[in-house]
Amino acid sequence: MSDPATLKHSPLESTHIACAARMVEFGGWFMPVQYSGIMDEHRAVRSASGMFDISHMGEVTVSGPGALAWLESLLTNRVGKLAITRGQYTLMLDEKGGVIDDLIIYRSGESEYFLVINAACREVDLEWMRSHLPKDGSVHLTDLGNDYAAIALQGPDSERVLQELFPGCEVPKRNGIAPLAEGGERVPSLVARTGYTGEDGFELFVPVAEGVSLWNKMVAAGVKPCGLGARDTLRLEMGYPLNGSDLSRDRTPLEAGLGKFVSLDDPEKGDFSGREALVAQRSAGLPSLLTPLKLTIQGPPLRSHYAVLFEGNVVGETCSGALSPSLGEGVAMAYLPPTLSTPGTQLEIEVRGRHYAASVAVLPFYKKPAL
Amino acid sequence: MNVPADLRYAKTHEWIRTEGDTITVGITDHAQAELTDIVYAEPPKVGTEVKAGATAAVVESVKAASDIYSPLSGTVTEVNAELAANPALLNTDPFGQGWIYKMKASNAAEVDVLLTPEAYTAQIS
Repeated sequence: MSDPATLKHSPLESTHIACAARMVEFGGWFMPVQYSGIMDEHRAVRSASGMFDISHMGEVTVSGPGALAWLESLLTNRVGKLAITRGQYTLMLDEKGGVIDDLIIYRSGESEYFLVINAACREVDLEWMRSHLPKDGSVHLTDLGNDYAAIALQGPDSERVLQELFPGCEVPKRNGIAPLAEGGERVPSLVARTGYTGEDGFELFVPVAEGVSLWNKMVAAGVKPCGLGARDTLRLEMGYPLNGSDLSRDRTPLEAGLGKFVSLDDPEKGDFSGREALVAQRSAGLPSLLTPLKLTIQGPPLRSHYAVLFEGNVVGETCSGALSPSLGEGVAMAYLPPTLSTPGTQLEIEVRGRHYAASVAVLPFYKKPAL
Repeated sequence: MNVPADLRYAKTHEWIRTEGDTITVGITDHAQAELTDIVYAEPPKVGTEVKAGATAAVVESVKAASDIYSPLSGTVTEVNAELAANPALLNTDPFGQGWIYKMKASNAAEVDVLLTPEAYTAQIS
């Protein structure tokens, strides 16, 4: 636990506490882990709609004539492919190809970009970005992390709820971003059609002063308040990585199975931080691969830091794990030797000294039932 | 919060019910509410020697695993087999069908150290 004196606070914190949310420390922030219960919240997002305070995430704008070229050198995905109003998942790597952060970048204007970065990495990311800015002043970087309150609206009912809350608003397409309402004093309200649950949904960014009223309006519209606990089980069922658990400076995006978000061979992209290390790793062969695992027998919920065994030998450890509320099965992710990452490979996971049979699964763990 | 008057309580939120020389052990209503959605229970094996204050069982919610400490020392004589298929009994009926194990106590004096219903109510309020 971090020093309570340095814990950071969401603009919605008093609302969470007033609603009897259970609060925990996460990434240096004091945030709700659950309201009504993880199972209940998880099911609400899969079947109707749920909402998450994501004000702890950071928002950064990048603009100026040198913005595109600089972002291409900073991030792994091909930023130049983005049309205005479109967004993409991407990663920021150090020189060794290790993951500093994974993030979403939206092109919000001709030479304007809106980046959403992880809570625990805000300072590190900003320091990295600032230290790599071109010296000629052609790129402007603005940290808006303390200006925005952010709420994720997730679930199959999300579009209906959004239109009910903001009649006539522009509804962005998947991975797009649009203005949500007239600008606040310092920052404009924005809505992006993105999320971390595998369901349709939106992320709403509004000026800090409007956060509580937006939250309350969404509650009144019947959206279920959810905490970080359900956010974690929802993302893990989809196999979405969590930085700090599944991603770190010690692993590359190739090892994390995120190669499709890394533009290694696009001549228009050119060089970027970490590229050389990734090219070398690709030709040498990957030392490990982030691998989805499922218990094949009844057993305890899986968690991080459980040993994974093959033929009695420890071959890795879980970096994420949970009882999947949708499947009722233990699921986990672990970095394993690539030879053991083929679906169906039989392994064991050790929990409190006992070994439970597991096998390599295929992502996503959870597939939406066909209608 | 329900705190039945006929039971004794450990500070760590377990209860005991004494019937003849058989002691039944479970977790309190307060404990199940704190743990929320219990999805897995690992009771001790029959015949296990348990020690007062030492881990005897594990229950897990979606979010976390929690140790259950034996309120008394002695030998486990029976475990609640229903919990394997239906761990949610710990949430819905913690003082009844959600019991975890039965035991024979080896040191009757340990009971006196446990909290009365009044003292436990004071601790959780």
